[in-house]
Amino acid sequence: MKAFADLLERLVFAPARSTKLALLKDWIATEPDPDRGIGLAALTGELSFAAAKAGLIRALAAERTDPVLFALSYDFVGDLAETVSLMWPGREGAHGEPPSLAEVAATLASARQDALPGIVAGWLDSLDASSRFALLKLITGGMRVGVSARLVKVALAERYGRDVAEIEEAWPAVEPPYLALFRWLEGEGPQPRAADAPLFRPPMLANPLDEAELAALDPASFRAEWKWDGIRVQLVAARGGVKLFSRGGEDIGAAFPEIIAAAEGLDAVLDGELLVLREGRIAPFSTLQQRLNRKAPGAKLLREAPAQIRLYDILFEGAEDLRPLGFEARRARLEAWFARTRPKRMDLSPLVPFSSWEELAAIRAGAREAGVEGLMLKQAASPYLAGRPKGPWFKWKRDPLTIDAVLMYAQRGHGKRSSYYSDYTFGVWRGEELVPVGKAYSGFTDQELVWLDRWIRNNTIGRFGPVREVAKALVLEVAFDAAQASSRHRSGVALRFPRISRIRTDKPAAEADRIETVLALIGRG
Amino acid sequence: MPPHPETWLIVTEAGLFCEPGGFFIDPIRAVDRAVITHAHSDHARPGHRCVLATAETLALMTRRLGEGRAGESQQALAYGETITVNGVAVTLRPAGHVLGSAQVVLEWRGARVVVSGDYKTGPDPTCCAFEPIPCDVFVTEATFGLPVFRHPPAELEIARLIASLRLFPDRTHVVGAYALGKTQRLISLLRASGYQAPIYLHGALAPINEVYERFGIALGELRPATVADRASLRGAIVLAPPGAIQDRWARRLADPVVCLASGWMRVRQRAKSRGVELPLVISDHADWDELNATLDAVGAPEVWVTHGAEEALIHAAGLRGIRGRALLLVGRGDEDEAGAGELAGSGPEGAGETGERDPP
Repeated sequence: MKAFADLLERLVFAPARSTKLALLKDWIATEPDPDRGIGLAALTGELSFAAAKAGLIRALAAERTDPVLFALSYDFVGDLAETVSLMWPGREGAHGEPPSLAEVAATLASARQDALPGIVAGWLDSLDASSRFALLKLITGGMRVGVSARLVKVALAERYGRDVAEIEEAWPAVEPPYLALFRWLEGEGPQPRAADAPLFRPPMLANPLDEAELAALDPASFRAEWKWDGIRVQLVAARGGVKLFSRGGEDIGAAFPEIIAAAEGLDAVLDGELLVLREGRIAPFSTLQQRLNRKAPGAKLLREAPAQIRLYDILFEGAEDLRPLGFEARRARLEAWFARTRPKRMDLSPLVPFSSWEELAAIRAGAREAGVEGLMLKQAASPYLAGRPKGPWFKWKRDPLTIDAVLMYAQRGHGKRSSYYSDYTFGVWRGEELVPVGKAYSGFTDQELVWLDRWIRNNTIGRFGPVREVAKALVLEVAFDAAQASSRHRSGVALRFPRISRIRTDKPAAEADRIETVLALIGRG
Repeated sequence: MPPHPETWLIVTEAGLFCEPGGFFIDPIRAVDRAVITHAHSDHARPGHRCVLATAETLALMTRRLGEGRAGESQQALAYGETITVNGVAVTLRPAGHVLGSAQVVLEWRGARVVVSGDYKTGPDPTCCAFEPIPCDVFVTEATFGLPVFRHPPAELEIARLIASLRLFPDRTHVVGAYALGKTQRLISLLRASGYQAPIYLHGALAPINEVYERFGIALGELRPATVADRASLRGAIVLAPPGAIQDRWARRLADPVVCLASGWMRVRQRAKSRGVELPLVISDHADWDELNATLDAVGAPEVWVTHGAEEALIHAAGLRGIRGRALLLVGRGDEDEAGAGELAGSGPEGAGETGERDPP
């Protein structure tokens, strides 16, 4: 338990993916079975215990601590599990052997509800504070340390020098504590296989198009599609079940039960864009985000924000791997499959015909309807390759919208940027006052970051914790993909993917844009 | 019946004043006569005429404040020695907080008051251990006066730092530590754990180390971090004031792991909001259990709390029949939270680079 608590502690404070990977690899290399696998499952949320809940912790706290001291402490700390873990009073003579992670997991899964309070109290007595915190987080679920199943698989692949695709293949065949998986990885057993299980395949990704390169490309060898403003997904329908994966391999099926239901009985691996459609129109991205955040959506949300997939590729049809085929051949297979199966809640992303880059540029410039981010260019002969190969696929985003805004607040960044003020809140004029319209933390060069950092330090007029308020004197040109009406923002508008495109030292703050200008851009995205 | 200490030890705007003795204890502004418990800047202010303290505290004060600013006239009093000031017997006893830190024991007309200053009762290789003194009124701090604050053994926290060095051998581990006390304790703990490599220091930390070494605290090989190149700091431990670990100064370090040694690191949100990657719960203040055990050990029927989370401590004392009173002294803080703003006094290197004070 102590080793797991230490791991959890480090992960909580580790901002960088590389740090998290190093911590996971060390855990995999040093922790004995079965705690090794149970710990990984706990981090990714694969373990959950229905019998034990937050109410139990509250009741134990009330029983074992003074109410005034508990209230003062909770007020200071702000988190129930943490407060209890920190202030849990030791009991004279009650220092039993601390439980192992495996013992905790097995007991939580099997113990009767009425026996739990006594068991948990006994464990708390025997553990130190950080282990108590780990135990309480195990009970309540939700580690929130930024470790996905995919990250664990990458750590396993790196630790054992395997291709992550092999780990993905084996994954559906194993369960915590993954003993068969480790036997295979350590060369003592065969690769676990689950026949017919729905597996995630790493998707093929596109590079941003550098328009200067266009001249060197032959338009006849490329096909174009719209680039949709949704979530890239992989729908895997197999005899062993249906799964909906995000681009990073997260299983997001629970949030989209209508998609899972629609794919029952199919046998294919499909690549497409998840969208919310209302009367044929693509809803703003924020609506899709609402759906994504709701693990078990209610009937009302399902009715008001129905999801569907706009298909653009097919990786498998039945057991046949289509990835070695060229794009055009796969497209033909996709269209034939679609015509034959007529799946619900899916449609085909149309090809955009063109004969020259000039023509395509004009089409791109003219496209202003909702939900289109730009164009995708795909080489007709290119097979489907995992990762982001340079050359076959390009994304050609629409020119961004821009505004001139005034820098209002700045905050330090994380990790390598932790000594720089690199997070910027900017605003535009409403009457005589500035109203914040967004935050940006990218788009600038390293040199510009150094300049901005210095400017902020020299122009600070107030400090609120980690935030600095600056003199309202610096104009930033902010680029963004779309503006959306928002009731959660004081300005009434939220910008999608805002980034700093230029520092406008030439422009006085008074001449920055007004809120009316920004509101007029709503829907143009 | 002796006069109640309330009648002769009173709270004034300048701080705690012993009326019959005519002296202040840790006054926050310049006064005629001051008894100083220890050399931290929220207790040891410049400009007093006469200062009474341990020899160690006087040396540290002089080093921090500059020649002539730490009392026009200094009088050293060893632990356990007593002098009588206008009929008030004054004795200094170890407080276990930092080198030279003392509790002030006042006896007048049959009543005894102990003013703890800042203290801890856990072990510390760099200073004398706290001694509980039975008394009628115990004046205590309560920086960590909430039951959530329980400091683990410092050796275990050092072991976590060493484990992190093993896990990230190419990254510089920069540890935020207050210049006076925490820095030397960390170095001593690292040495005791077997870490013999050179330890690199921010310039603001060097002057205090010299005073410690003069008083016989060996710190091993120390090197200035400011002139070291990035490559030699790879995998090294660098100590710096808390305000510098994430500021411009830290940019010279190789992919640093930001660590902070403070009792506040016990609470995750505190560590997160400061961007700390490896919080080390090491404090020179008594934790909740130490505070309560000390109240029991001194056996005083009445406890006055100078600063900190007094509400919880007074409540807990009340449950045991001890009368509590909050003095609400102003100008007191915790050195870890103060950031590096006040470090300006400890060396010219400290100014400018780290002149940043985080809000409490």
